[in-house]
Amino acid sequence: MYDKALPQPNYLSEPKGLKSWLLTTDHKRIGLMYFAAIMGAFILGGIFAMLIRIELISPSKVMMGADAYNQVFTLHGAIMIFLFIIPSIPAALGNLILPLMLGAKDVAFPRLNLCSWYIYVFGALFAVYSMFANAVDTGWTFYTPYSSETGTAVISMALAVFILGFSSIFTGLNFIVTIHKLRAPGLTWYKLPLFVWAIYATGILQVMATPVIGITMVLLVLERVAGIGIFDPAMGGDPVLFQHFFWFYSHPAVYIMILPGMGIISELITAFSRKKIFGYKAIAYSSLAIAFISFLVWGHHMFVSGQSRFAAMIFSFLTFFVAVPSAIKVFNWMATLYKGSISFATPMLYALSFLFLFAIGGLTGVFLGALAVDVHLHDTYFVVAHFHYVMMGGTVVALLGGIHYWWPKVFGRMYSEVWGKVCAALVFIGFNVTFLPQFVMGSQGMPRRYYTYPEQYQAMHLFSTIGSWILGVGFLIMTIYLLHSVFKGRIVGKNPWGALTLEWETTSPPSPHNFEATPEVTHGPYDYDKIVVEPT
Amino acid sequence: MATTSTHSAHPDYLQHHFSDPQQQQEAAKLGMWIFLLTEVLLFGGLFCAYVIYRSWDPQLFINANKELSVPLGALNTIVLITSSVTMALAIRCVQLNKSKQSAAYLIATLAFAAVFLVVKYFEYSHKIHLGQLPGQFYTYTGIEGNNPHIFFSVYFMMTGLHGLHVLGGMGAIGWVLWKTVKRQLHSEYYTPMENVGLYWHLVDMIWIFLFPLLYLIG
Repeated sequence: MYDKALPQPNYLSEPKGLKSWLLTTDHKRIGLMYFAAIMGAFILGGIFAMLIRIELISPSKVMMGADAYNQVFTLHGAIMIFLFIIPSIPAALGNLILPLMLGAKDVAFPRLNLCSWYIYVFGALFAVYSMFANAVDTGWTFYTPYSSETGTAVISMALAVFILGFSSIFTGLNFIVTIHKLRAPGLTWYKLPLFVWAIYATGILQVMATPVIGITMVLLVLERVAGIGIFDPAMGGDPVLFQHFFWFYSHPAVYIMILPGMGIISELITAFSRKKIFGYKAIAYSSLAIAFISFLVWGHHMFVSGQSRFAAMIFSFLTFFVAVPSAIKVFNWMATLYKGSISFATPMLYALSFLFLFAIGGLTGVFLGALAVDVHLHDTYFVVAHFHYVMMGGTVVALLGGIHYWWPKVFGRMYSEVWGKVCAALVFIGFNVTFLPQFVMGSQGMPRRYYTYPEQYQAMHLFSTIGSWILGVGFLIMTIYLLHSVFKGRIVGKNPWGALTLEWETTSPPSPHNFEATPEVTHGPYDYDKIVVEPT
Repeated sequence: MATTSTHSAHPDYLQHHFSDPQQQQEAAKLGMWIFLLTEVLLFGGLFCAYVIYRSWDPQLFINANKELSVPLGALNTIVLITSSVTMALAIRCVQLNKSKQSAAYLIATLAFAAVFLVVKYFEYSHKIHLGQLPGQFYTYTGIEGNNPHIFFSVYFMMTGLHGLHVLGGMGAIGWVLWKTVKRQLHSEYYTPMENVGLYWHLVDMIWIFLFPLLYLIG
């Protein structure tokens, strides 16, 4: 069935020594280093989330006052967005898996790849400095003029965002070129796994949107250091221009976060339905369509910021429009499930959770895109709930599914299936208990970003806080069984799921050079109707 | 191309993960073009700010623009365009294996870049002397209109960022110059110089937009 020892040499064992890791240009090792870094950021951001929920358990002060609360929710947002979720799937799983899926020996620019990891760490140091040096309290959106006046450490956090942007750009650039130029013989565009299409669309967004946040952060820093007045109304500047710049990046950025998650879901749904994906081209092109349209919707963050009514109408229409390719994906996944032979392994549980949670997150986004409705819901917990349903219920759940799916490929060992299922259930339940009440509170008018609130919301806040504890327990157990499996897990063969994409044709864990010989691709990634591979 | 790549199976400039030099060159060039796209978007934010503030107060921009020296701006335009020509000639020479000539053209390009920065230095110091500075440092009184410092904020941001790119370009040209002198670049492998050339032309092009928008609107 399977060997008793891991195949040697593999990329984890050869070469040895700390230096061989710190100077590696192997995409798999860089992927693992990214994985460690983003998980550190996730824990840090998660601790801030827990602190927020504890403070909100009661309308009176529990452990922090208004100012400390402002700092904590800002740090939660900034860390989760810039240090965790943007690099999460592309930089960690993308680096680990993408070249394997292409049958390539490495990414196109391995040294640039390592460089982008160091840039990430360098940027992260600025963010951590900002945490300890009078933590920034502007919210992760850094709106001017408050951000140019507050006494907190805006400059270091803005520089962190600027530096992290380069890391993101280089990753995106590297992947686009890799997908164009390093595909194995026979691997035509329509034989690419849909994860690759998703990473490609993500790369376009990373490359085209990130420079704009870069220049925006430079302007913000100069506004504070040199008082250039570009965003200062007292000096003839325009604070709304900052919002335009900020959202020109940050709206596409939410698609940088969700598109790779959608890519993972495409892989999971087919692999665990044992069925050819329904509407391959529709899913592939909808990724590109989302990337394109997402550049044209940023104004929906500014319906109440004083932009023209005509512009608001256009942005509202385009916001409805961007929901179409997302819905195309969801319907195609549903159609793939139909009459498939579905198995409920842990990754599939996350994929099904995703379908449910993303549908809610996506639909409530359409509510917020409607002009009149947005005036009522703007800056309430409804927005918070919508965002978390998409970002956590969508991206994080997809990331967890991807982690469980590729775990045996990356480490050559399997985690505990029982605990995997328990945690998938805990995450699903905990997530809904945390965020469902926030839709209700928001629609009743509970504003976001306050450490206190009227008595009437207490029951729902309590409910939400209990949900965060369920989530916390889920993540704690997950950490334990995953770490345990790295050392003690059952050793698996090349292809424990019987999937058809290329990464399953090499050993687990792969050799330092990925494949013994460059693979020739003769079949599509999801030809489950033609080929049956026994799980090993 | 397939025959030449099998002919020189693994030359030392070919990195291990590429199957042949052509694949390596195509990848490097595509990567460079994507990088140039990010540069355009980086400057795009500033061009956008320019458009907005000029459309808010066109007369102010015309008044303030008269403070810039058209002869110096024109001189710098000619200097940069000439440097693009010498850059292109350097690439042509390395393609023909004329390393010495190529190095000479690269040195000329570096010299033109330096002239550009020296001229810019004189322009900047004149403005600093007069107090025509961005935002809160603006002390000049000779321009009519509200908030004339906005023009100089835009001017210093755009030309400053461009100047940094000239400096970066000089570093990159110095790097390929070193590689040329070491004979690491030749007719079989000249991708680094070609890519630096692409970057240098972009820096030149951005200036060709900056010059009329800042100096010639009066």
